Amino acid sequence: MPTRIEKEARPETMLLNMGPSHPAMHGTIRIMLELDGERVLNSEVEVGYLHRGFEKTCENRTYFNLLIYTDRLNYVSPLINNLGYAMAIEKMLGVEVPERAQYIRVIMSELSRISDHLTCLAAMAMESGAFTVFLYKMKAREFLWDVIEQTTGARMTTSYIRVGGVRADLHPEFETALKKAVVETRKVLKDVHGLLDKNKIFINRTRDIAVMSPEDAVAFGWTGPCLRSTGVYYDVRKAHPYLTYNSLDFEVPLGERGDNFDRYMVRMKEMEQSLRIVEQGAGRIRRTPAGVLAQAVDPATAIRTSRRQKIKGGVKLSPTLEGAEKDKYKDILSADKGYVVPPKDDVYTTMEGLINHFKFFMKGVGIRPPKGEVYFSVEGGNGELGYYIVSDGTDRPYRLHLRAPCFHIVAALEQLIKGRYVADVIPTFGSMNMIGGELDR
Amino acid sequence: MMEIKRKHRPPARFITTQFNSVLGWARKYSLFQYPFITACCGMEYMSTACAHFDLDRFGAGWTRFSPRQADMLLVVGTVTQKLAPVLRTVYEQMTDPKWVVAFGTCTVSGGIYDNYAVVQGIDLVIPVDIYIPGCPPRPETVLDGLLKLQEKIQHQEQDWRWKKRKS
Amino acid sequence: MEETKILDLLKEKFPGEVKEVLTSLGDEVVIIDKKALLSLVTYLKNKPCEYTMLLDLSCVDYLGENPRFEMVYHLFSLPRNRRLRIKARLGEDDLRISSLTGLWKNANWLEREVFDMFGVHFEGHPDLRRIFMYDCFEGYPLRKDYPLRKRQPCIKFRE
Repeated sequence: MPTRIEKEARPETMLLNMGPSHPAMHGTIRIMLELDGERVLNSEVEVGYLHRGFEKTCENRTYFNLLIYTDRLNYVSPLINNLGYAMAIEKMLGVEVPERAQYIRVIMSELSRISDHLTCLAAMAMESGAFTVFLYKMKAREFLWDVIEQTTGARMTTSYIRVGGVRADLHPEFETALKKAVVETRKVLKDVHGLLDKNKIFINRTRDIAVMSPEDAVAFGWTGPCLRSTGVYYDVRKAHPYLTYNSLDFEVPLGERGDNFDRYMVRMKEMEQSLRIVEQGAGRIRRTPAGVLAQAVDPATAIRTSRRQKIKGGVKLSPTLEGAEKDKYKDILSADKGYVVPPKDDVYTTMEGLINHFKFFMKGVGIRPPKGEVYFSVEGGNGELGYYIVSDGTDRPYRLHLRAPCFHIVAALEQLIKGRYVADVIPTFGSMNMIGGELDR
Repeated sequence: MMEIKRKHRPPARFITTQFNSVLGWARKYSLFQYPFITACCGMEYMSTACAHFDLDRFGAGWTRFSPRQADMLLVVGTVTQKLAPVLRTVYEQMTDPKWVVAFGTCTVSGGIYDNYAVVQGIDLVIPVDIYIPGCPPRPETVLDGLLKLQEKIQHQEQDWRWKKRKS
Repeated sequence: MEETKILDLLKEKFPGEVKEVLTSLGDEVVIIDKKALLSLVTYLKNKPCEYTMLLDLSCVDYLGENPRFEMVYHLFSLPRNRRLRIKARLGEDDLRISSLTGLWKNANWLEREVFDMFGVHFEGHPDLRRIFMYDCFEGYPLRKDYPLRKRQPCIKFRE
């Protein structure tokens, strides 16, 4: 298909296609370059190779069902997407989340943010040739994912943060695993600082390359670490604080020149600040006792017995429901019955629990926000991740639109690489942290 | 496994049989992969390839980002309608012998996306040898899939003669 | 300057075009006539309002109502840290609205996305073509009358 660059290209230049499937493992994006030797005269970016129809699918799923689709948007920091979506719906419904759940949400988001920055910088370094940095950061990411898996049950696509709170309480051994992850991540960050910060080759490839001025960055709608690297102070966690961020002590690092090196440095410093937040948050959550119910019965017996009399003691739930027992519910999920899954103890043994369970999951009933619209944004790994939801009173959203931060950032790529060498395209593109799932939705 | 042995048993001549197994052994332990990464499964692919769950110890460590130099096409992540012609081109550019691994539910059957934009399984576009389900599959699942591919390579009839193996 | 003062200012400056001004769940919303979009937004971008960033631009399809489509713009003021939502209705027979590419650079791609998904034409856009879907795709996917599963493959499938 004739593209804009093919029509505009001069006959003496060369057209090079950095095709949809390329080793800069950011996903699928096509960059067509018009080259004069090694210099890029003109370029065109073609996106849409991962357009999975997220917004259209959302109009056909209930609010609870489409939580899993939000995981797969910015797939390196899935918990932040869950959080944005859940908080947008909570804003519409006016639901209060208990304090412990808020702290758990903060800790999980920050762990996601750290793994997002780790992946971005690892890929950027690997494509610039520093393969060791990639392996070190992946090692650190595994420790973080171990913590996430222990709490949520899945390494990546978790669907953990739900409307009204979180799905399950923290594991009793959460503190030890978290401490280990934080220690290992700090070690890796120190190693990477030593490997790359004063490395002549890395500095030559990233310093003063692809400089973005603050005015241009704001005109492009940049947010997040890329905007902060140009010197503009805007962080959604500080500007419109949500959850418990205004009671936590952290700084927002700023860059000076807006080049690739600043984008790298801002992300490294942000990871250190996120580790601070995680430690503070973990310190404020009181320790959970390892609850073992002495008289717990298995579900089949519980269902049979509850027909005649009330169950004393609890119900022994399966290991996949660990952390979601009834006595944990007041800490992790809001008390509003209409919007949360009722505890399984109640579902097995009482009539009201069973009815609430059915009503929550049945099509036509369930979470039904009032008619209206809402826009809510959180600080994602790339910037302001906003959800615009229009509700018409039924159990499905009428329209759900995602304000994807990296869409605006990648829109500036053509301007940034103009006049530079082909080899500069790689670290520039790597420092932008383009995530295909978010860009193309 | 017994079925595989029966179907793909090479002709009953001792030297060619042994040569076949040696070739199979050599091919299965030196897979050059072309990771055609699109989406979230790519993160699990990166985890599998790195230090924690190492792919290199199975011989499939080195990625060759050119279809001409690779023999295993690892399709990782959702394939959309827009990307399908690209996938077909990459597959046709690869030289024989080649194997295709469908990594993740989106490549196996379209996954959770049943809409206007997603191809419902890459076997509508290219022939697939191994299907690895999971959304995303755990690294252990990926390694299991790789072991099954290696078994398949060992027992299939290697096309070292002039006549080509019918794919 | 407080947000409510901005809304009152807008009502004074553009009396005919501003249809409604309201606050919904803490967000300020201005509903305007589509012809006034460019002048209103230019006024908002400069001092004293200083809405320097275009956060988002999207469209909603209200099938059955007339006018059918509604464009939604989210503006953000960095110095004053406030957001504003602007909505403008478009009828199905006249799906044109002025483009904001002269004011903000990210409007280029955002408007291409709305054109691709809904079919809205933006007057003054330098390069209006599809961004997510491929060229041989017919139709506008996010409209309510486009079925979810209607696939248009661009290569011949096996089996």
